[in-house]
Amino acid sequence: MIELDHITKRYDGRAVVDDLSLSVAEGEFCILLGPSGCGKSTMLRIINRLVVADAGTVRIAGEETTALRPEILRRRIGYAIQSTGLFPHWTVADNVATVPRLLKWPPKRVAARVDELLELLRLEPRLYRNKYPHQLSGGEKQRVGVARALAADPELLLMDEPFGAVDPVTRDALQAELLRIHRATRKTIIFVTHDVDEALRLASSIAIMDKGRVVQHAAPLELLQRPATGFVADFVGRQGLGLKLLAVRRVAERARDDETAPGQPVPLEASLRDALSAMTERGTDRLPVADAAGRRVGVIALADLVR
Amino acid sequence: MPVRRVLADPLMWVGLLFAGLLLGMNEFRPVLRWAFPQTVPVIYDRASFPMLFLAHLALVATASAAAATVGVALAVFVTRPAGAPFRVTVGTLVAIGQTFPPVAVLAIAVPLIGFGARPTIIALFLYGLLPIVENGIAGLEGVPADVREAADGMGLSAVQRLFAVELPLAASVILAGIRISVTIAIGTAAIGSTVGALSLGTPIFDGLVADNLPFVIEGAVLVALFAIVTDMGFARLDRRLRRHAVAG
Repeated sequence: MIELDHITKRYDGRAVVDDLSLSVAEGEFCILLGPSGCGKSTMLRIINRLVVADAGTVRIAGEETTALRPEILRRRIGYAIQSTGLFPHWTVADNVATVPRLLKWPPKRVAARVDELLELLRLEPRLYRNKYPHQLSGGEKQRVGVARALAADPELLLMDEPFGAVDPVTRDALQAELLRIHRATRKTIIFVTHDVDEALRLASSIAIMDKGRVVQHAAPLELLQRPATGFVADFVGRQGLGLKLLAVRRVAERARDDETAPGQPVPLEASLRDALSAMTERGTDRLPVADAAGRRVGVIALADLVR
Repeated sequence: MPVRRVLADPLMWVGLLFAGLLLGMNEFRPVLRWAFPQTVPVIYDRASFPMLFLAHLALVATASAAAATVGVALAVFVTRPAGAPFRVTVGTLVAIGQTFPPVAVLAIAVPLIGFGARPTIIALFLYGLLPIVENGIAGLEGVPADVREAADGMGLSAVQRLFAVELPLAASVILAGIRISVTIAIGTAAIGSTVGALSLGTPIFDGLVADNLPFVIEGAVLVALFAIVTDMGFARLDRRLRRHAVAG
């Protein structure tokens, strides 16, 4: 779906993106993860040509992005940023309608699409349609930002730390929404963050970046099991808060009771960290769960741990 | 508007006072006679006040419309990538225009293009350009970077971004510049009377020449009221513009 081919971008002679190659499959939720200044945001902005690369090509569905005028390209790519960049003088409905109107959709279709998206983002259209951005909370603004990015049903969604500026509870809810939307729409998403927990929770694949290069591109489980370099191991491990959280939560909170899996069960009372440890050890992302009496009552999956 | 709000509206009262004085200055004849017994006549009579007002309005409207158009265009130009190198030059040139006293511009313009309204309009235009360009640049540069980035990221073209996002968001700052410019122009246009342009300044200068203080007072009061009414009108417009364009 997306191929980044030997991309380089220099500022003042310093390579911010350094001969970077990466390929993201259709429907994938790919996270560019790395410390500040590793070039991940620049890379994202090269994809929709907000930043012009010095070398290399970007192909979307086989087509080079330079084949189109930048604004035509961008109308086909959803874009959401941390500060939302909502237009303060437009209502929520007008903001969401931005790209459909640029594409000259008939007004009726635009209005229907706006309501559909507000509902998708759990913003009651009747209440929110005519509000202005300054009347919204941070989380609501971000929902509108995501709705606006999705408005014209783009084939690709680029998100630059979209949940970086909201409080943890709201961030948690927004992550859950985004996962739900991704499952429902199967859109290809490229998402930039420096938050390991966020990456582990959301990604179907994670590209760890350092000094303008991709150090490792792998599924979350593999990244945890087989970090390619010391940097990856350090970066994924350095921010230990997520693991500590897992240590204080019980399998019982996350188990699915309507499924089964083979193998030695983990008890309901075990911590999620224990469950994660068992999964990593056995090289699986699903474990059966048993109650105190030893009866199998369900399954715990890797995705349940990071949700 | 409900009746009570109309009655409580200072713009309406000052506007009525201005219109009343323009049309009914004659009613003050007894008062002025009593105050200035030595002076004849006490009411300016070489042209009607409404006509002087219309001439004054035409001077200001022409010069300010031109200054607003050119000023905003210059501000837009120097805030685009192509115009950025000219930013400093434009700022300097416009500031020089402001440092010339309007009287000096008139003195230079008259030998070149003769007496009348035209040198006055040129002086007003040059003089009014600076606040508009200055505020135009400030307003356009004040548009938040994330909003501009989002506009680009959504696929607005440069022209669409300018008209749909940047100018509306800069509107109240740009308007403030036009407001300053127009208010200055109303005062300055009175000076145009020295080179033969008809305006509400004409009674002032005729009065000074003929040592007729009532003429001076009549012209000065009308010019001041004209400026006040206009300024209040701009304040009203500004509140309307700001109603929803709250940044952030």
